[in-house]
Amino acid sequence: MIHIVVVGILVIVFAVLTYVGVNSVDLMPVQASAQAVPIDWMWNWQVIAISFLFALIMVPIFYSMIVFRRKKGDTSDAEHIEGNTPLEIAWTVVPLIIVVAFAYMGAYSLGESRRITDTNAMVVKVKAQQFSWTYEYPQGFASSELHLPVWKQVILKMEAVDVIHSFWVPEFRVKQDVVPGRVTEYRITPMLEGAYKVRCAELCGSNHAFMEGPVIVSSQADYDTWVAEQIEIASAATPEGRGRKLVTENGCLGCHSITPQPGPSAPSWFGLFGSQVTLADGSTVTADEAFITESILDPAVKEVEGYSPTVMKPFTFTTEELADIIAYIKSLK
Amino acid sequence: MKKIYSIPLIRGIVWQVVGLLVGIGIVVGIRAAMGLQATGPFLVTEHAWVFGGFLGTLTFLVGHGVMGDWFKWWRGEITSDHHEDKPGWEKYFGPSLDHKVIGIQYTVTALIVMIVGGTFALIFRTELAFEGMQFLKPAQYNTLMSMHGIVMIVVILLGIGGMMNYLVPLLVGAHDMAFPRLNSFAFWIVVPAAVWLLSSMALGGIETGWTGYPPLSANMNLVGQQTFFLAVFIVGWSSVLGGLNLIATVVRMRAKGMTAFRMPIFVWASIATSLIALTATQLIGLSFQMVMFQRLFGMGFFDPVKGGNPVLFQHLFWFYSHPAVYVFILPGLGIVSELLPVFARKPLFGYKWIAMSSLGIALVGFLVWAHHMFTSGMNEYLRVPFMYSTLLVAVPTGVKFFSWTATIWKGKIDTPVPTPMLFTVGAVFVFLLGGLTGPPNATVSTDLHLHDTYWIVGHFHDTMFGGFMFPFFAALYYWFPKATGRRMNETLGKIHFWLMTPSFFVMTLGMMYIGLNGMRRRIADYDPAMGFQPTHFVLTIAGFLIALSVLVFFINLITSLRNGEVAKGNVWNSRSPEWQVESPMPAHNYEHPFEVVGEPYDYGLAGSKYVEFAKHK
Repeated sequence: MIHIVVVGILVIVFAVLTYVGVNSVDLMPVQASAQAVPIDWMWNWQVIAISFLFALIMVPIFYSMIVFRRKKGDTSDAEHIEGNTPLEIAWTVVPLIIVVAFAYMGAYSLGESRRITDTNAMVVKVKAQQFSWTYEYPQGFASSELHLPVWKQVILKMEAVDVIHSFWVPEFRVKQDVVPGRVTEYRITPMLEGAYKVRCAELCGSNHAFMEGPVIVSSQADYDTWVAEQIEIASAATPEGRGRKLVTENGCLGCHSITPQPGPSAPSWFGLFGSQVTLADGSTVTADEAFITESILDPAVKEVEGYSPTVMKPFTFTTEELADIIAYIKSLK
Repeated sequence: MKKIYSIPLIRGIVWQVVGLLVGIGIVVGIRAAMGLQATGPFLVTEHAWVFGGFLGTLTFLVGHGVMGDWFKWWRGEITSDHHEDKPGWEKYFGPSLDHKVIGIQYTVTALIVMIVGGTFALIFRTELAFEGMQFLKPAQYNTLMSMHGIVMIVVILLGIGGMMNYLVPLLVGAHDMAFPRLNSFAFWIVVPAAVWLLSSMALGGIETGWTGYPPLSANMNLVGQQTFFLAVFIVGWSSVLGGLNLIATVVRMRAKGMTAFRMPIFVWASIATSLIALTATQLIGLSFQMVMFQRLFGMGFFDPVKGGNPVLFQHLFWFYSHPAVYVFILPGLGIVSELLPVFARKPLFGYKWIAMSSLGIALVGFLVWAHHMFTSGMNEYLRVPFMYSTLLVAVPTGVKFFSWTATIWKGKIDTPVPTPMLFTVGAVFVFLLGGLTGPPNATVSTDLHLHDTYWIVGHFHDTMFGGFMFPFFAALYYWFPKATGRRMNETLGKIHFWLMTPSFFVMTLGMMYIGLNGMRRRIADYDPAMGFQPTHFVLTIAGFLIALSVLVFFINLITSLRNGEVAKGNVWNSRSPEWQVESPMPAHNYEHPFEVVGEPYDYGLAGSKYVEFAKHK
């Protein structure tokens, strides 16, 4: 009996130490959405259960292996205990009750994370394609960055162009696959201003690892300013302006950088026009209108050194659109 | 040359290559005659590769001779019931009908393929040690990662095939499996499949992970994708036939007096596993076959443009692939239940409950598949019911843990702890961690965060190591004397254990830690801003330490085969029938049949016996 008491105390001590120890490490990213709150609440209960059950099994096993180990010279078998039906029933029924309770809590927290707090929430359309995210705002412009005002519920209506992708901002917790042929919904209420990233969570091809895009949660005022800027850009009548709009809408900027620093999966466009581009076979080519046009319409023909040509699928544009895009690329220097 | 060709394995592979070439030739010829394009990015079109692969599998089996007796029967010839194997190593390369030889064939193949799968992991683990792409291209990373997954799954299927084939007839007192020729067939069909699986690396690779979700797997212009599907389809046959054979053996061939609740507990686990393998494997074969046909014939099963549904694939796929994880772990848990009483010198606590919990897990396992799809976009109202059914698996699994704890409690375990027992306790420990990290994934709300992260990777490595790897090693150390008449080296065994276990904990806990913080699974590179690099570096070191420990195991295995301490008797002082006769086991198992006269695990009950051998033949 004394052993049972000692083990009982050790289990509790060990469980508490495990829980405290696990919680002393930053296990989760910051909570940046209202939906993260019920999810983290559920998670905390799970850590408690894990800590307790881990101790409940490991402590008696190690205690027994140390205390009751075979003493020198003892060759006899251990006590003949075949089982204990009340105990077996107890450790079947009690876990069953706990499991049902946890499932209920799981359903409850899921419900909380799906709660509609704004029936007129803004709808942003999301287009996922290999390997970029594009957003269409109700104000009539497209962007490769997702800007959201803090404490406003929004609905993302998401569609995939090619294969399955998954929309996940770790700081928001919630994840939703984006499936070709259907629209999936993602309802979120950002609650912490900051710059985050959406990270594609479903293997979607060679450059899946790099399918990330900025998600910026800002104050209503900053958001309004950004929207105004975007509307202005979208209404631009210059070739560069139209080109910029085209490359944004088509998701080009998800991979191609417009700063001197190239992204991990595609060459930068900064200073590209007129420069010498080294190809995989070692030869160089001048990035003129012909080269850029060919690289858009049939990217596999000329393989740029360091990048895989099969990553980018061929795009179709009219001649005027191509001229606008090239005008935009020309302006990047 | 002639001598080499007379080895069935070599002959089979030669025939396989010939079959492949003939198959390719036929399709290329037909396509050319029809005026269709016959060449493709990988010399010829996918159609030719797939048909060639299919034909090559058949010609392997014919050339190897594993179907020889069936052909003879077809021609009306009579063959002897059982072929005698010639002594020596040659029997391991041919169509032996002895379940012990087949068991060893499975086990050794599993170990060899494990080296391949482990090497893949080490390569991409090294790539991940630092930010940015070092020496792999993302596509190569994806291929290695996918291959590691599917190759290790094949290892597990082969490993449990080895354990079940070797042990179950011995444990139930049968002279062989119920269908020895089918048994041999089920093993040898894996060999051509393994060739196709590995050849997919040379044919463009696979970039979809082992799950092969369409539309990605349907769109990827890589022949490797097809040989991968073909290989899994063929391995599925092995599982189905193996499961069928095992159930028939246990149902029909038990020793006198061995009632259901007097069977060794590993037999219960094998039955539960085989029930799943027999009835669910078809679904992965079907789902992969549908993608194959979508690619080959333009059928629109999963293509939304043609009215297909990509999510349907996931339902079909997981209807097998979730129960499959119970196929992977139940035999291992059976090994744990089998070995604990021997080393604790106590009866297995709550034998009937443990036996029923295996069946319980197997049955509930059929109702939980959609928990892999909480974020998939399937109908939302399906999520909560699947959460309930999934969490329900915790109940029978909990019964196992509590019963094991109670078995160990007050057990008299030797010090120092013998190597098989170390691995058994290690299995309990590791599987506990794997089990406890499961419910957060089963709970929809937390799974929305955890799904497809490195947390999941840590979780399932814990379940696979706890449910298969550790018990598999325990079984190898434990039954090695039975198979060879020699013991494995204890010191090397302990080095193996103490090197592998802590490294493994560091690896999986590290995976879970970065996973929670936003590390996705299946990514070739990670955002430097997230600060995962130091952890990844540690994970890589841990991975190499695990590889080192497995190397120690292989050295032990090979040296002990020749120089191990001779052990012909009941080395572990077990009550189990196979240890009551001299090792290694004779060709037809028990010289005298035995009768079950008591409970299997009555350790500590003076004068009790489990089996009694007949005095006369």
